[in-house]
Amino acid sequence: MIGYVLEVAQAALALVLAPGLVGLVRWMKARLQNRRGAPAWQPYRELGKLFRKEVVVSSNASWLFRAAPFVVFASTVAVTFLVPILAVPLPFDGVGDLLVVVYLLLLGTFFLSLAGLDPGSPFGGMGASREMTVAALAEPTVALAIFALALSAGSTNLGQIVARTMTAPGAALSPGHLLAFAALFIVTLAETGRLPIDNPATHLELTMIHEAMILEYSGRYLALIEWAAAVKLLIFFSLLGNLFVPWGVSMALTPGTLVVAVASLLAKFVVLAGAVAVLETRIAKLRLFRVPELLSASFVLALLAVTSSFLLR
Amino acid sequence: MAPAPLLLAVMLAGYAAGALAALAARGALGRGLVAGCALVGALAGLLLGAVCLGAGLAPTFTASFLPLTGLALRLDGLSAFFLILIGVVGAAVAVYGFGYTEAYEGRYSLRWLGALLNVLLLSLSVQVMADNALTFLMAWEAMSLSAYLLVLTEHDQPGTVRAANWYIAITHAGFAALVAMFLLLSAGELTTSFAAMRAASLAPQVRDAAFVLALFGFGAKAGVVPLHVWLPMAHPVAPSHVSALMSGVVIKMGVYGLLRVTIDLLGGGPAWWGGLVLGLGTVSALLGVLYALMEHDLKRLLAYHSVENIGIIFIGIGAGLMFQSYGLTTLATLGIVGGLYHTINHACFKGLLFLGAGSVLHATGTRNMEEMGGLIKRMPRTAFFFLVGACAISALPPLNGFASEWLVFQTLLGGSAIPQPEVAVIMPIAVAMLALTSGLAAACFVKAFGITFLAIPRSPEAEHAHEAPRSMQVGMVSLVLLCVGLGLAPFAVVPLLGSSLAGLGGLAPTAVAFTLALPLHVPGTFGQMSAPLLALGLALLLALVPLVLRVLGADRRLRVADTWGCGRIGQTARMEYTATAFAEPLRRVFAELYRPSRDLSIDFHPASKYFVQSIEYRSEIHPWFERVLYDPLLHGLRGAATRVRRLQGGSVHLYLVYMTLALLVLLTVARWRT
Repeated sequence: MIGYVLEVAQAALALVLAPGLVGLVRWMKARLQNRRGAPAWQPYRELGKLFRKEVVVSSNASWLFRAAPFVVFASTVAVTFLVPILAVPLPFDGVGDLLVVVYLLLLGTFFLSLAGLDPGSPFGGMGASREMTVAALAEPTVALAIFALALSAGSTNLGQIVARTMTAPGAALSPGHLLAFAALFIVTLAETGRLPIDNPATHLELTMIHEAMILEYSGRYLALIEWAAAVKLLIFFSLLGNLFVPWGVSMALTPGTLVVAVASLLAKFVVLAGAVAVLETRIAKLRLFRVPELLSASFVLALLAVTSSFLLR
Repeated sequence: MAPAPLLLAVMLAGYAAGALAALAARGALGRGLVAGCALVGALAGLLLGAVCLGAGLAPTFTASFLPLTGLALRLDGLSAFFLILIGVVGAAVAVYGFGYTEAYEGRYSLRWLGALLNVLLLSLSVQVMADNALTFLMAWEAMSLSAYLLVLTEHDQPGTVRAANWYIAITHAGFAALVAMFLLLSAGELTTSFAAMRAASLAPQVRDAAFVLALFGFGAKAGVVPLHVWLPMAHPVAPSHVSALMSGVVIKMGVYGLLRVTIDLLGGGPAWWGGLVLGLGTVSALLGVLYALMEHDLKRLLAYHSVENIGIIFIGIGAGLMFQSYGLTTLATLGIVGGLYHTINHACFKGLLFLGAGSVLHATGTRNMEEMGGLIKRMPRTAFFFLVGACAISALPPLNGFASEWLVFQTLLGGSAIPQPEVAVIMPIAVAMLALTSGLAAACFVKAFGITFLAIPRSPEAEHAHEAPRSMQVGMVSLVLLCVGLGLAPFAVVPLLGSSLAGLGGLAPTAVAFTLALPLHVPGTFGQMSAPLLALGLALLLALVPLVLRVLGADRRLRVADTWGCGRIGQTARMEYTATAFAEPLRRVFAELYRPSRDLSIDFHPASKYFVQSIEYRSEIHPWFERVLYDPLLHGLRGAATRVRRLQGGSVHLYLVYMTLALLVLLTVARWRT
């Protein structure tokens, strides 16, 4: 029973924390760039504002345009039930493994891209085309990183991977894990639309990907999409933080360990947000047609991860 | 098993009656009789397969009868599975065909279309039950020829005859390889029963040769790269319900044959057999989807996706064969079950997509996606059905494509159990290629659905499109339900598939445990997944989110306005993104593979080159391996043919000399051999 409560609590925590996480990255980035920056809770205000505004829908759009935000939001929230954020093992661990997580996120991307095409605006089409290109090219890296982790843990289920690394801490420093971490970090940047693949700050440039795709959205639909994007960032941060550095995740499910779990989770988020903020300050956006090179580099890293896991088993 | 012979009789009678009725009756009555008889036959076949699989009794019966002696039928688990496959798609296609062929009235021969459709279904059903080489080969040839004639239905359209010629040439090259293979297996006696072939002990070289011949013959039918060239030509030009049948069922006969021969008759082989199948599967999957991405003919795009999905099926089967050679029978079963699961899934969603494309073609009269758009408002039901198919083929949970791809992934992850690391390292590469394939497939179907159905119509035809007639919708709905059902019920499907393989080639009699609550409990495999719970969770969330928004008092106003166009008012279809533009980034990424030819001519204003009057841009992609592989072959064939023609001088006397010489040689050989 406590497990089910924790599942819901975990999902709720993800939903509540996600906008703050985006705000934190933005604030850190601003500080690094010698700007004062908006406070970390600014995204909450933005979401609140969007939920209170009316929706404007293109006259060309169909029902799909209106359904897509809900599909995106629901599939992203569904993932928060499958990802170890606070504790393992949880009752839904067996409902879906890492492959399910990846394909659920792809489900959201798929519908969002379709919605990008629906109003018939060239911006939407451009964003959809690029988003699907990046998603498709990131896919093999994710699959291989999963393979590398699964080899040492004996399972693709996330709870098992975490539990296994906790019991055999040496695995966290194995070359397989380190390489897979690097590969997955690059994929995280690609999947969550960060620099150098996409620029989350720009709103009207020919270089944008995600923002171009959702350009026609407004009001509560836009709020749902923005919120889902924030949750997606949180999911990837949790994967990076908890799969590779699982310490802090509660295994006993007692109140004391849960407090530790929340604290360590926040610490991991701050570190990862700091890393992304530094990265986004230090490097410029890649030309769109150089992006595949970066992604193939991450693919090579993942392939090395798998090979070393194989040979060092 | 009393009902089995009865069902068999009903099935055969249904198809035969359909073929005869097509020739006898005309008009709506004729179409109705064709559809009705084919439906009866397909449903009887479906029931027959289900009864056999459900009873867990394999083999059920052996029948050696029929006008020609030497024909033998037998039904076992594998046959039963493929009978179900034929029945499922056959029934949907029969119903759909009733409405779809109305447009053919008075233009093409409906009588032959109906008759041949029934003959094709009949020969398919007989083939999966064949119990000796003669029966198998006769049914195979009947299938190939009836499919050939069906492709030729719209013979006056450009490209049809050429496509049919390619099809018949490659399928006959495959047929020759199959005859040779069966001669090897049966020691020259084609009426040898399959049971005797199973028992025969052959030299390893003979077995290897038989495997290579089988892979060539069945690969040609299945459309494995590089034998796939006929597929993107022949499937688009056939009537759409025939395309659905060809893509859903006919090419699956290659899968059936490969399993029957390599697993059942030969009982598995060395690891390189599986490696070869796995390698071909990986290449087919990737090249199939990459060429599909560049395709703007809706039906050709779907045909290329058939190459891709056959590749995925071959990946599962190839991994299974490899595991079998290492004695990992549980994993082997899992791999082949994954392949079979994807076989029936592909039959359902590709059948559905071809039927959907047929409805679009029916409504707009074009297969060119660049002239479509906005159809979701004009044909909402077809659009919804096509969307379900597109999600299923993109392996999005919780539909059926995801369930089988997940299973194939899990099998490949089990590859670490292979004792030789240098062999085992093939598996992660296959995993990566499979992941890339499914990502690209999703991109391709965003394009296919988005450009075809969404936004503003790009042509007057698309503007005035109409919804498909009721019978066509019924055909599509049945496949939609199956796509959902097969996706939600892996816990029921996987054990059934496992039992259909029971006893073949020493595979473990796995009752692979896929329980309702949860997942695979096979030692040596990796993950857990529960499709029904996943679907339930998604549905709950989808229902909850709007509800919560309402409770929390989110603003519910909605205003309809123009699409934002940087201040420009009045949007036209020419401002939309096109299919070519959508695929452009991927075309650049894989430019090495595509090697597109570009042809750009700009017409400047005579006064200044800063003013352009018109720009003509043309870009084409010719698959280069066709050039590298087939052009020399065709060239050589032509050269050989001219040389051989010299023998054919036209003089009857010369021919008589040839005959006498041939007779003498044959008699000498016969004499010498005895």
